[in-house]
Amino acid sequence: MTQVVTPSRASSRARRSSGRRFPLVRVIVLGAIAVAFISPIVFMIVTSLKTRADATSIPPSWIPDPFSLQAFTSILAPGSGTPVLQWFANSMIAAALNATLVVVTASLAAYPLARMQFRGKNVVFGVIVATLLIPPVILVIPNYLIVSELGWLNSLVAIIIPTAASAFGVFFMRQFFLGLPIELEEAALLDGANRFMIFTRVVLPLAKPALATLALLAFLGNWNDFLWPVYVLFSPEVQTLPAGLSTLQSANAVRYDLLMAGAVVASVPVLALFVFLQRFIIEGVSRSGVKG
Amino acid sequence: MATRTDEGVLSVKGAPRASGHTRRRGAERTPRRQTRQQAVATPWLFLSPYLLLFGSFVIVPAVFGVWISLHAWDYTLPLKPFVGLNNYIDLFQPGSTVFATFWGSMRATGIFTILSVPLLLVVPLAVALLMTKKFPGRDFLRAIYFAPYVLGVAVVAVLWRYLLDNNIGLVNHYLGVLGLPDDTAWTTSTPAAWIALVGVTVWWTLGFNAVIYLAGLQDIPVELYEAARVDGAGPVMQFIHVTLPGLKPILSFITIITLLASANMFGQSYLMTQGGPGRETRTAIYQIADTGLRNFQMGSAAAMSYVLTVFLMAISVFVFWIFREKKPQKEAQS
Repeated sequence: MTQVVTPSRASSRARRSSGRRFPLVRVIVLGAIAVAFISPIVFMIVTSLKTRADATSIPPSWIPDPFSLQAFTSILAPGSGTPVLQWFANSMIAAALNATLVVVTASLAAYPLARMQFRGKNVVFGVIVATLLIPPVILVIPNYLIVSELGWLNSLVAIIIPTAASAFGVFFMRQFFLGLPIELEEAALLDGANRFMIFTRVVLPLAKPALATLALLAFLGNWNDFLWPVYVLFSPEVQTLPAGLSTLQSANAVRYDLLMAGAVVASVPVLALFVFLQRFIIEGVSRSGVKG
Repeated sequence: MATRTDEGVLSVKGAPRASGHTRRRGAERTPRRQTRQQAVATPWLFLSPYLLLFGSFVIVPAVFGVWISLHAWDYTLPLKPFVGLNNYIDLFQPGSTVFATFWGSMRATGIFTILSVPLLLVVPLAVALLMTKKFPGRDFLRAIYFAPYVLGVAVVAVLWRYLLDNNIGLVNHYLGVLGLPDDTAWTTSTPAAWIALVGVTVWWTLGFNAVIYLAGLQDIPVELYEAARVDGAGPVMQFIHVTLPGLKPILSFITIITLLASANMFGQSYLMTQGGPGRETRTAIYQIADTGLRNFQMGSAAAMSYVLTVFLMAISVFVFWIFREKKPQKEAQS
């Protein structure tokens, strides 16, 4: 055993030493890219804390002078025509309900596709996966008419329910269930548990990380969705933040202090989620690629 | 616990066949396996909430869209006369009112896709390659590169329209500091607008592709690199003969999703350039949404969306074909 290990250990030592030479250059390059990547976000936050005059001063400064919450107080004031607080609440409600709906329906659907044998299973799964490749644009016009027919136009329901049919979610949860050890479910089956009990008491507790990841991705997707809310939500008081930002931009084309304050309000929840749960989000994304 | 789980292997539907074969005891359990089979309705009960949504908002609209495209379907008018293939014919008739606007928007989508996809394939790969080896702070950097992606297109576009402002924008200011032209109209003139739209999209989605690449790179067995090194392969040869073949499935996945994402570009153009100057950066999606959901000419818009879809499907098939073609060659070589 040791004899076999020796050469590979030697080579890994060689790699490590060459790795030591490179990282300095590498870290500098990567660090420079990181600065370029983070500074626009920093500047957005900086500008939101400036006064109107300061936001458009030349040369642009990285420190607000003076610090001012004027932009926030003016867009958050009730009766400003751009009800940012209302948009925030709408976005929260819609994203939370949509994510819940995605997680519940996708995990329920994925379980039999991973663990049961039944007639039609391959057809169902094949059709679901095939729709991952349909460009969403072909659904926009007919879904507008369907939503209109259901009386959901200009209401949050329009952005909570139709987008909850997540083919990705089913695919993602099925992959996760397939990777779980089957023994616990078998033990429960022998103990006389029915399928639904096994699903809720055995499988779902084991699937918590995947459920959290899917919930996060669905929440982010719904929070950031743009085209659909812009067209189905037309009154300011029912809009979500991305659609609202568009309204805010057309109302205040060069009031960059206000626009950046609006953008900060739209970013804070997702940036906070990302900072605290980035491992789940990044691993969810990378897993979707590896398994795809 | 352990013996118990061993006994149960075949009593559950969908258990991996292979494990049944490796365990003798499994064979005796076959009769029980049948009695344990769930009722016919069980899987469908699990599936029903999802299938209700999926049917109503994916399958029905995908088919209903075809029906709409065969009518002069104006949302605001009571009569929606059947016009056969006229909506499609109009799109291909050079003199028709929709011809110029539709193909102009297809051209914009084409330009954006051709400019953005190569960058979004190569740059994130380069970043991922720089990050394959562990070093302190790697996860932190990865998080920073990914951060713009969580912002969403509305925030990204509103933010960059400010940074790219001709007069007071940060971008022109720093270009001036570097002694470069500092009066480029990034959002109101071409080709500058294309550079802006593509650059912003790279900033926004680089991290997403890099994270997927990184996961793929880490799945390539280290032994392959060691073997290549023993055979005298330098870094370039290792990249060509180990990294690229090992990344092939990931590469085809990223190519497809990046192509589809770029071809579906909407928010950047809607918020940063408003489709301008003129209609130059108005993409196909923008045109379809505007025709169908602003002007309510839904028949024509639906026809446009199917024409775009045919293009996208053809490109996807082409990409799959490219990545298939090389396989037999590789095997022949090795």
